[in-house]
Amino acid sequence: MAALIEVLDGGLATTVQDAGRPSHRRFGVALSGALDPALFACANALVGNAPKAAALELRLAGPRLRVAGGRVRVALAGAAKGEVMCAVSRRLTIAPWQSVTLEEGDELKIGAVRGGVAYLAFSGGIATPPLLGSRATHLRAGMGGLAGRALAPCDRLPVGAAEVQGPERRQAAFLHESGPIRLLPGPQDDNFVPEALRALVEEEFIVSRDADRMGLRLQGPRLEHDPRFGDEIVSDGVAPGAIQVPPDGQPILLLPDCQTVGGYPKIATAIRADLPRLAHLLPGERLRFAFATRAEAVAALRAQQARLAAWIDGIAPHVPAGAIDEEALYSANLISGTLYDGAEGDES
Amino acid sequence: MPKLLPLGDAAWTVEFGEAVDPALHARVMGFAQALERAALPGVIEWVPTFRSCTVHFDPLSPLADGLGERLLEIAAGAPAAAVLGRRWRIPVLFGGEAGPDLAELAARCGTSAEAIVARMTAAVFRVYMLGFMPGFPYMGGLPEELAMPRLATPRKQVPARSLAVTGTLCAIYPFASPGGWRLLGRTPLALFDVRRPAPALFAPGDEAMWQAIDATECARLEAEEAAGRLDRAAFLVAPEAPWPR
Repeated sequence: MAALIEVLDGGLATTVQDAGRPSHRRFGVALSGALDPALFACANALVGNAPKAAALELRLAGPRLRVAGGRVRVALAGAAKGEVMCAVSRRLTIAPWQSVTLEEGDELKIGAVRGGVAYLAFSGGIATPPLLGSRATHLRAGMGGLAGRALAPCDRLPVGAAEVQGPERRQAAFLHESGPIRLLPGPQDDNFVPEALRALVEEEFIVSRDADRMGLRLQGPRLEHDPRFGDEIVSDGVAPGAIQVPPDGQPILLLPDCQTVGGYPKIATAIRADLPRLAHLLPGERLRFAFATRAEAVAALRAQQARLAAWIDGIAPHVPAGAIDEEALYSANLISGTLYDGAEGDES
Repeated sequence: MPKLLPLGDAAWTVEFGEAVDPALHARVMGFAQALERAALPGVIEWVPTFRSCTVHFDPLSPLADGLGERLLEIAAGAPAAAVLGRRWRIPVLFGGEAGPDLAELAARCGTSAEAIVARMTAAVFRVYMLGFMPGFPYMGGLPEELAMPRLATPRKQVPARSLAVTGTLCAIYPFASPGGWRLLGRTPLALFDVRRPAPALFAPGDEAMWQAIDATECARLEAEEAAGRLDRAAFLVAPEAPWPR
């Protein structure tokens, strides 16, 4: 059954996102899509969706939503939590990494999003009309998602049809690797003096306030262009992860809503496996870079995909605290004679 | 010789040169056409630019290893494209409110607005690439004598569909946006229309000439376009045909 979600409060920058809009970059259309594809996949898996179903990307402060029709299972992935004011006078806490089923009339409020980005998935996926094969929102172009913008009060979000049945599901938190963001030099590392490449990996950078889905402006050591080549190039292709250096020497780390071409030399590019971590960097946070080899980059991506697949395989049925699970009651009584309400999440 | 530049672990940029030049761009487009024919597994998309072509691929594809060398082979063997794209004759309302910088450009060039419009409608413009925003064409072909730097202070809001020039480049803003290029006119055609299966009017390699229209005709075409009744094909020129003058 399909559900309908009404937006009571959009939160600070809540957008519909999916795996992005590839194959249109030659027409100037940005890739877009979830900033953290790993957490996005986790949220979808918890509600039983296909990996690329559209979900809500939450940043800073989450939204307040009401189920205006139907029944829907939701799950949060990331450092956020919320609560449900149920239509039938219940109050539930929503923790990340576990699903919960909402009935018509239930209100859901997600609080602060720590760590930069979290995802809220709905069983059946968000069913706003796709544009060029994707539901991802690109705010700058006003494209995709819900009218090309962040959620606002009175918006109505259609959700795809899905059977909501069986026990809730949960898993342990999916944690990203730590350590420096790994880079491959290029495409224009030759346009910089050798000290710039050294400073890039030896010194620390701070995320400035100028940070959105297009990119993060960083503050740190000035990365000097080689005066023989100047500080601009005839525009060429860019990609998320690329580190552009404008004439002021302060790097800009590009994210999925970045333009498709650019005229600043790119000293290095973050490897694919480390892109999900970039969205968690908040203004004022420090970061370090390290160079990697192409083989290390591919191995890191393969390992990340394997870890994500294992995480999804490990999703287990779960009976939430306070809920009455007749099956558990029955089996517990038969075995031990004591009542057990499954509050501790016994998975047996 | 084309150069292979790494853009992270999921893209290669094949660079043919460093200039804005039609012959160089014909080689870029020849490479893009050869890439299309090669249909390499694991390749997701490619983005031609003035002087290079960026190839985005899946780094976990079995063929990702060695893809760079394969791209260089294709680049070395690909002839410059003979036909780069389609030819367009695009209506433009020049001057007045639609082109607030036309008079100033004419004054700086020591000529009349009419003479500038005559130069603009006699030149053939080449779409080198699309970028900056969906459907934004970076076009070359502006006569040298009309070349001017950007405005010292960019406009906070350039109206959608404004025809703009800077240096020897020309463009049309698909959407309202801040911008520092000089505005000479406005086209009634949508540059990026999501109601259409192929939203972008232009593709890299296309060529265009401008046809001056008056305000009445512009308003009529704008109304047709807003209603979704405008047939883009009506503005195409047969690729074999000489440019109509």
